[in-house]
Amino acid sequence: MSGKNMEEKVEQATDRKNISLPMSRVRLIMKSSPDVSCINQDALFLTTKATELFVQHLALSSYKNGSGKETNTLSYSDLANAAEESETFQFLTDILPKKILAREYLKSLEEMEKVDDNL
Amino acid sequence: MAEKPEDLNLPNAVITRIIKEALPDGVNVSKEARRAISQAASVFVLYATSCANNFAMKAKRKTLNAGDVMSAMEEMEFERFLQPLREALEAYKKGQKGKKEASEQKRKDKEKKNSPGENDKSRDEEEDEHMDDEQEGENEGEEEDVEN
Repeated sequence: MSGKNMEEKVEQATDRKNISLPMSRVRLIMKSSPDVSCINQDALFLTTKATELFVQHLALSSYKNGSGKETNTLSYSDLANAAEESETFQFLTDILPKKILAREYLKSLEEMEKVDDNL
Repeated sequence: MAEKPEDLNLPNAVITRIIKEALPDGVNVSKEARRAISQAASVFVLYATSCANNFAMKAKRKTLNAGDVMSAMEEMEFERFLQPLREALEAYKKGQKGKKEASEQKRKDKEKKNSPGENDKSRDEEEDEHMDDEQEGENEGEEEDVEN
């Protein structure tokens, strides 16, 4: 698939429906959810549009609250911080875990073992 | 880039574009951040779908509809999305109607060319009935919005 075709497709989608994300792909993800049988076309459109709004919201919120302003870059840690600190983004904590240094992790493991021993 | 049917990720190019448009000019986005946002978006779809599906099941429906998705947004505390979503849906439905009429007109023209006979009359009648139903549907939609 060449880049040009992709751009054309995106343009067409934007012209007709005012969205950029492909509804077909969103439908695929929705269908992978258990217990979901049929999805009405309007519902599919709304989910796609909502996902776009979500991407904008996540990116901007993370950037505003993060240290990116000094470096002029949105980094992964900005996103991880947003997931931990904001209630609305709590559902993302599993996929946006904060990164810690390996030695810190090993340290915390050792401390957990000590607690187990005491019990 | 390989596109498998099992690929539950959203296209990177589009995600990147949406991010760039949301951020102030000149802000960079690390590759890791882009990938993370893309994954977060997929998780968002799953979470929204599951939430919307709960509303549909409560109403004993097997089909997820627009109302379910709106209720899900409220439940997920994304009320800020509700108004833009309503507006976008209106525009979408109008666009869809225009497209349908255009393609039906094309089909009518094609049929006239292909089979100039008695069959056309009955087909036209069917299509007219169909269009009336659609118009009624649209009116109902508009009324709902006014109440909101």
